[in-house]
Amino acid sequence: MSKTFSIGGIHPNDSKFSKDQAIEDLPIPKRVFLPMNQHLGMPSVPVVKKGDRVKVGQKVADPAGFVSAPVHASVSGTVTEVALYPDFQGKRVTTIVIETEGDEWLESIDRTQQVKQEITIVPEETFRKITEMGIVGLGGAAFPTHVKLTPIEGMAPEYLILNGSECEPFLTSDYRLMIEHGQEILIGAELMRRVLGTNVNGIIGIEENKPLAIQAMKKITANYLQWKVVPLKKRYPQGGEKQLIDALLQRKVASFALPISTGAIVQNVGTAFAVYEAVQKGKPLISNVLTVTGSDLSVQENYRFRVGTPIQDILEAAGALDKDGKLLSHFVKVVNGGPMMGKAVVNLQAPVVKSSSGLLLLTEKETKRREPGECIRCAKCFQACPMRLQPYLLYQLALAGRTEELDEHRVFDCIECGCCLYTCPARIPLLDQIRLAKNALLKNKRKK
Amino acid sequence: MTSTLLYTVLILSLLGGVLAVVLYFIAQNFKVQEDPRIDQVLEVLPGANCGGCGFAGCRVFVETFINNPNRTDLFCPVGGNQAMQLAAKVLGREAREQVPKVAVVRCNGSCEVRPKINEYDGSPSCAVVADLYAGERACSYGCLGLGDCVQACMFDALVIDPVTCLPVVDEEKCTSCGACVTACPKNLMELRPKGPKNRRIYVACSNKDRGALARKACPVGCIGCGLCVKACPFDAITLTDNLAYIDPDKCRLCRKCVAVCPTQCILEINFPPKKQDTAHE
Repeated sequence: MSKTFSIGGIHPNDSKFSKDQAIEDLPIPKRVFLPMNQHLGMPSVPVVKKGDRVKVGQKVADPAGFVSAPVHASVSGTVTEVALYPDFQGKRVTTIVIETEGDEWLESIDRTQQVKQEITIVPEETFRKITEMGIVGLGGAAFPTHVKLTPIEGMAPEYLILNGSECEPFLTSDYRLMIEHGQEILIGAELMRRVLGTNVNGIIGIEENKPLAIQAMKKITANYLQWKVVPLKKRYPQGGEKQLIDALLQRKVASFALPISTGAIVQNVGTAFAVYEAVQKGKPLISNVLTVTGSDLSVQENYRFRVGTPIQDILEAAGALDKDGKLLSHFVKVVNGGPMMGKAVVNLQAPVVKSSSGLLLLTEKETKRREPGECIRCAKCFQACPMRLQPYLLYQLALAGRTEELDEHRVFDCIECGCCLYTCPARIPLLDQIRLAKNALLKNKRKK
Repeated sequence: MTSTLLYTVLILSLLGGVLAVVLYFIAQNFKVQEDPRIDQVLEVLPGANCGGCGFAGCRVFVETFINNPNRTDLFCPVGGNQAMQLAAKVLGREAREQVPKVAVVRCNGSCEVRPKINEYDGSPSCAVVADLYAGERACSYGCLGLGDCVQACMFDALVIDPVTCLPVVDEEKCTSCGACVTACPKNLMELRPKGPKNRRIYVACSNKDRGALARKACPVGCIGCGLCVKACPFDAITLTDNLAYIDPDKCRLCRKCVAVCPTQCILEINFPPKKQDTAHE
């Protein structure tokens, strides 16, 4: 009997159309845009200026504190600008622009394809490298990895959970990574496990709709005593940190508590791969894997991209643009991420960042929201909510601006997974208002 | 049979009488002493309960007003000077005059000049859009056009113009309560003095980008060129973050800035038309 989390959840069609496309290297972009807010926390501080020449892997921005991460050049060339540029949502972010010239890498980076299996490095050194190489969580939130690996007093880690569930429909980047680079992922995970402590157990959670990945990872874990693969039932949002801990360990993370309070730390498989590259090969986080997909079967790709590549370039390579560089007419919307939690792209010139996992092309039929109806208190949203919140109530409180009651009804527990919105038969924009109220409350709290 | 009826009536009337007496004494002893002037002042105020004065409601405002004769900031914007004079008369005080204000929209980017670059189909609320992303139109500082201000206005003083897609303030109805100022997530509404003969000049833009970027996003936006600052003989205009601001207290309505502004983002309101094209609505 496969495991899964105990509260709520939905079963969207998984639509993993691009799962058989092997990972391809994208051509090196002519120009990259490196935003300073590619992680959660304080934006990085640029250390290069206009006119500087940089090599691939060279640091171009320093972290601005503990919860922050450095940024490295993903191409070699000349810095042409350090200025405000709109990101994929049109918000302005300090961005370093590098014009590509050749492909010259730092000498310290090992560029051979050979898998470096033996771990010779001490955990302290691993931790230092993870911090310096700008590794962030590649599951979506882009939380700096070194922060998660920092011990907190009184909370001893017992389990390191590797998140290979990839519960977002359409996306297949983690899946391809597990199939093609399972060995590297496990070395990266083992490195992180050693940082946490030798008595920590490793679990890899993979959803059942990826039998090949389960098989591949099981084969590799045979050589690693502390690691085991656990198949999970297909259910969204299995990949949520709190849901995964519940599914694998049957432990609940309390409101406002960190996952480590249950003794578990969750890392994405992509992050483990990045850790492998950083520690064993000396390569900073300058590339990642992303899926270009959609229900239109003509565009299905898994690409390894350089961080900072404009979205336009990726779509062009995937064949989603016409001769004039415009989106093909049957695609009306590009979503950065998966269909559940991804955000619509309004600026195709904007770059993909460290934690980008997919570009989803939607057709007219898929994008139009229908007119919302009236709430009949059917409680479907309540059933679907994996955090056991009452979305319809939060929605109404948010509309009425009753902020104190929102707090009482645990609005901060909302993980914005979108299950309520997906399941609502009246198509009420529940999450829109809840997210708004949550952010407004957060701003108020910070002021105080 | 008749005796049962009789007793019932008797007992009930007795009980009623006794309780009436008890209630009378309770009412006498526990009476809430309230200043009779509160009701008198309330009567002369408009009583919209809009919160424009900064208090939770009209009654709280009046209580504070009566108890703090020295505070100068207490003012009912809806009633204006007229109502405040009446209120002061009730209390036998000198009324403090305040300059009447009106809300202005600091964005000039109508749908014609600032076309949509993407289509938004989520909740029709400016706040939701502002929380989510930069907006449907090129300039990320400008009006989102979904009418949170119109909904917030209790006096029907705001409407979204279907031609320009921008909110229009009805000067007659606007009470300068400030509800729209709080409602606008882009902080576009400002309360400015109505000005002599209702004439006023203000910068109808909130774009803080560098000139080139601002120009690209919207042809009628402030590019921070500083020509108006140089042109102003009264030092009323300041330039911060590539955005000009006209201090209404210093502005003498000479309109020199309006003439020099290369993007025509400084608006003059209610002036007699100099030429045909200077009249702005």
